[in-house]
Amino acid sequence: MSNSIDQVFVHAKQWLLSSLTGSPGWVVQVASILINIFMLLAVFLTLFALISVLERKILARMQNRYGPNRVGPFGLFQPIADGIKMLIKEDIVPARADKIVHFLAPVLIAAVAILTLGVIPYGRNMTPFTIDGGILFFFAVGSATELAVFMAGWGSNNKFSMLGAMRAIAQMFSYELPLIITALPVVMVVGSLTPDRIVAAQAGYTFDLVPRWFVFTPWGAAAFVLFFVSGLVESNRTPFDVPEGESEIVAGHMTEYSGFKYATFFMAEYIGMFAVSGLAMTLFLGGWHAPARILEIIPSYVWFFVKLGSLLFVYIWVRGTLPRTRIDQMMNFAWKFMLPMAFTCVIAAAVWHYAGRGLRGWLWSFLVIAIVYTALSTLLDTGRKLAPRVYRFAE
Amino acid sequence: MAITVPRPKLNWRERSYLPAIVAGLAITFKHFKNMLLGRTKVTMQYPEQKWDSSLPDHYRGAPALVQDEDGRVRCVACQLCEFICPPRAIKIIPGEIPSADRFAKVEKYPEAFDIDMIRCIFCGMCEEVCPEQAIFLRKDYAITGFTRADMVHHKEKLLEIGGVMHGVVLKWNEKK
Repeated sequence: MSNSIDQVFVHAKQWLLSSLTGSPGWVVQVASILINIFMLLAVFLTLFALISVLERKILARMQNRYGPNRVGPFGLFQPIADGIKMLIKEDIVPARADKIVHFLAPVLIAAVAILTLGVIPYGRNMTPFTIDGGILFFFAVGSATELAVFMAGWGSNNKFSMLGAMRAIAQMFSYELPLIITALPVVMVVGSLTPDRIVAAQAGYTFDLVPRWFVFTPWGAAAFVLFFVSGLVESNRTPFDVPEGESEIVAGHMTEYSGFKYATFFMAEYIGMFAVSGLAMTLFLGGWHAPARILEIIPSYVWFFVKLGSLLFVYIWVRGTLPRTRIDQMMNFAWKFMLPMAFTCVIAAAVWHYAGRGLRGWLWSFLVIAIVYTALSTLLDTGRKLAPRVYRFAE
Repeated sequence: MAITVPRPKLNWRERSYLPAIVAGLAITFKHFKNMLLGRTKVTMQYPEQKWDSSLPDHYRGAPALVQDEDGRVRCVACQLCEFICPPRAIKIIPGEIPSADRFAKVEKYPEAFDIDMIRCIFCGMCEEVCPEQAIFLRKDYAITGFTRADMVHHKEKLLEIGGVMHGVVLKWNEKK
């Protein structure tokens, strides 16, 4: 019973494809791909619309106000109103802009964001695009975002766009490294780059109680936090939204965009956020696995979206709490702390593996991380001598 | 005179910034929870809830003309308000009351009395200057229109807002 509910979407797709029996193989394949693409877009564009309004509402509640509550019940139709507004707005292209690049940047950024969604397993047997190097594909395609951002900044021929794009490049390159390196211990421990096998490796429960997710190992927990912070930076979210810091450089690389192109950037940002959260779940939070054995009755895709929802809530929560960081603080943090810690996670995972993956491995890898963390924080602290802050002309 | 701002000495706990971040997250979550439980009083939802009932008596809203108990417009078209009005929002065309009329003694009445509500600054000088207590600032504040012409209050509109004023002398009361 629960199995059939779990596989309802898979069966539905097979039933749709069975109407094509007798056609040549490539027709079936193309139809299968088209169904996958359609479902991905349908689900995630709906989720985007929903999250864009929920984010505003949750953020508002954290700041003691109501968010949008006028359009439809509880303001839930706000995205429709926003969409109509964005569609009927004038699309301004600056006279001196590079027209082709200016047009291509939003297209590319959206395409890249949607492509990265393809390799994430959404449930049992529910990976839209199954390839061996799924993780590799994710990072390879995801890093094209930088190109799109720079296209937007360069093509707009505007100083704010250019500055924003430069900041974006700097921060995205710096945080791409910890992002990839924190994914490395998982790949090492599982021995595979396939998201499906990574999720499968996290099945089961220790002592029938704690799920065998990688986040419950010391290296996994550290790597998850590092991955999450890098994900925040990669999706340009507060407190790392330096590239589009509106108090400093208008809207960064999106300054010269209006109407639907701006909405496309916005959408790409959210979809990128979903993709990074989805990958974080696949790598560390057990993907679509239920957190307890009795809860396995609930279908796998429901668990995926519950976890995704909670991660997105944390994103919104962090946005509602922390102020924007300064760019130099951010870069220092990336190169001096995040990167060494990411490498430490790799070592800790190796220690965990060779110490027998049990309690002993747990303790040893915890020790490695604790030592490096303490050493790193002490070193970083003594390295900074701050000059006295003097206001010379103050009364 | 230079001022040196002391840099606070942070202990290792403060230097990790983690307790501060966690405390911040806890504060926002507390606000979120209190909002969901309806413990936070936020704001008045304006078009549905209005503050009309709690407006004070001396509130200065839209200016309006009043009639007396006999149904006569109190205004005698002396044009003092027109002269005093700082943004020159008021325009009066005086007319003569025919000698056969019951109120012939009053001599003049406003044939047209326009207040341009785009110009009006709600200062209340017209009310202050009026020797006949014919113009008052009422409690209407949501004055809207689609065109500039809509925003001009003609005599009928002014009388509609103003209504009938009873009693003879209100001018020297405490509040008005």
